[in-house]
Amino acid sequence: MMLLLKILFKNALRHKLRTGLTILSIAIAMLAFGLLRTVIDAWHAGVEASSASRLVTRNSISIIFPLPLSYKDKIRQVDGVSTVSYGNWFGGIYIDEKNFFANFAVEPKTYLDLYPEYVLRPEEQNDFLRDRKSFIAGKKLAAKYGWKIGDVITLKGTIFPGNWEFVLRGIYRGRYSGTDESQFLFHWDYLNEMMKKTAPGRADQVGFYMIGTKNPDISTQVALSIDRAFQNSLAETLTETEKAFQMGFVSMSDAIITVIQLVSFVVIVIILAVVANTMAMTGRERTAEYSTFKALGFGTRHIAGLIFGESLTITMAGCTAGMIATFPAAAAFAKAMGTFFPVFNVDADTLYLDIVFSLIVGLLAAVVPTYRSLKTGIADGLRTVE
Amino acid sequence: MENPPAIVEIRDLSKAYYRGNQVVPVLHDISFDIIEGEFLALMGPSGSGKSTLLNLIAGIDEPDSGTIKVGGVDITALPETELARWRAVHVGFIFQFYNLIPVLTAFENVELPLILTPLTRKERKEHVEMALRVVNLTDRMDHYPGQLSGGQQQRVAIARAIVTDPTILVADEPTGDLDRVSAEEIMDLIDRLNHESGKTIIMVTHDPRAARKAHVIRHLDKGYLNDASPQDTL
Ligand SMILES: Nc1ncnc2c1ncn2[C@@H]1O[C@H](COP(=O)(O)OP(=O)(O)O)[C@@H](O)[C@H]1O
Ligand SMILES: [Mg+2]
Repeated sequence: MMLLLKILFKNALRHKLRTGLTILSIAIAMLAFGLLRTVIDAWHAGVEASSASRLVTRNSISIIFPLPLSYKDKIRQVDGVSTVSYGNWFGGIYIDEKNFFANFAVEPKTYLDLYPEYVLRPEEQNDFLRDRKSFIAGKKLAAKYGWKIGDVITLKGTIFPGNWEFVLRGIYRGRYSGTDESQFLFHWDYLNEMMKKTAPGRADQVGFYMIGTKNPDISTQVALSIDRAFQNSLAETLTETEKAFQMGFVSMSDAIITVIQLVSFVVIVIILAVVANTMAMTGRERTAEYSTFKALGFGTRHIAGLIFGESLTITMAGCTAGMIATFPAAAAFAKAMGTFFPVFNVDADTLYLDIVFSLIVGLLAAVVPTYRSLKTGIADGLRTVE
Repeated sequence: MENPPAIVEIRDLSKAYYRGNQVVPVLHDISFDIIEGEFLALMGPSGSGKSTLLNLIAGIDEPDSGTIKVGGVDITALPETELARWRAVHVGFIFQFYNLIPVLTAFENVELPLILTPLTRKERKEHVEMALRVVNLTDRMDHYPGQLSGGQQQRVAIARAIVTDPTILVADEPTGDLDRVSAEEIMDLIDRLNHESGKTIIMVTHDPRAARKAHVIRHLDKGYLNDASPQDTL
């Protein structure tokens, strides 16, 4: 048994260059597969981080049309509503358009009540709530640009023109690993006051209401009640769970995700072809050798064991290298993409898939050479001189 | 004079190869016996069917018709898995190109057929060392085939063939790839195995010098067997 294992491993190393290149190809394929899966996971992380007990109310026509601030009180009176917050997508640019991160003007007190997963030190929270020209940032975002408490940050408005200055009063961290740590949140009042001065028509308008319900089970019911309350009014509303709201965003990119998914599987198919080719070549070269084994009395399971073992050894070596490389590569990728993907972690499931697909590739690649060497008559096989 | 027992009984053996719809007959109604302890040389021109006949006797090829009994067992009737087990026990192979496993040392190559036996590791080691002593290669047992000369490789192959103490030894042109000196060494070795251990040996060769050691020479021509010529009439 030990002898057969030795043969198997030494066979794998017989053509060092060929085996090396095959292992490298598998490693790269698994790395690509891992990164693509991680991108898909990151895409969905936004959805998973959202809570089913939070509702988002927006203008029923489109997210780009606002709702009057006056809806706030009416929403609060709806049965089942516990907290009402509101805000606007600000869409400000930090220095350069490349530096993309989400920035919102929100009613800070209620918003933080709705997001207990944004953890702030109590004194930082107090400072933020007290200073109307201040903002808070997620740990990841602050780290990325090296912001410190007290720094003054300027955003260039796109939807709301002008240069806007904010003082950093707090850096929150996420309670869960899936929590988005790259938000930029500032006072809605600050935005509204400026609008009153510069564009009175746009004052007292909110982009969305964020609503907390007393119980996630009644969310759907509450959402219907809210929308009914504004039926036939000037701006009708559409209320859905935060999760559904996020899904709407994500599904805009569904086509892209589908393509990425497809590509990730194409990578597997290609690597199957590469490994199968390597195994077919070695199998052909060793025809006489496998026939010798058979002449000596070794049977199907020995020959199959040698070929499958070699194939699996090569694929699993490549798989291991690829999995190890996925972590630094994902970290570098996340860094390059900045806060575009708030959460970018290599998932355990991705690694399981790496292993499962490598096993499948290793097994499939061995099928043809095994079949061929078993089918070849011993006398014929011995005649083939390498 | 009593007839010595036949260890191999070949009866009406025929075989043809099929190339597309073309039939190429290789062996025609071959019948003869091989006596226990006999050293038989199969001779004949290239393509006359020597290797095919040897492969049939060794149980690595199937005839179209006829039977081969070795030690009373009709090996043409054995299913593949049983035939493999039979070969492991009863046949020792010596090939023209040695057919050693290049990734194994001389010692491990000789040990290879023993891993199909119930011998313990220690017993295997003893058997391997004994076989290597017979071929006088104990000092090279850690060498890989690539580090050995042709003659030495063939000696390792012979050690591998005898390590299981098989019923018959089959050798297909064992000196075909060797220089004259090495060829003579190998022939002396094979002869010694026959003389000293009483091994039944069936050897294919077209080298008359190699055949000189044999007791019986049988000539094949286009698949027909000519009568055996005892060594002294040669
Ligand atoms: N697998 C095969 N397919 C077709 N013809 C074969 C095959 N093997 C051997 N032959 C033919 O059978 C004949 C006898 O071959 P072989 O037994 O190897 O002869 P020898 O060993 O006497 O040189 C030759 O004509 C050879 O071409
Ligand atoms: Mg031949």
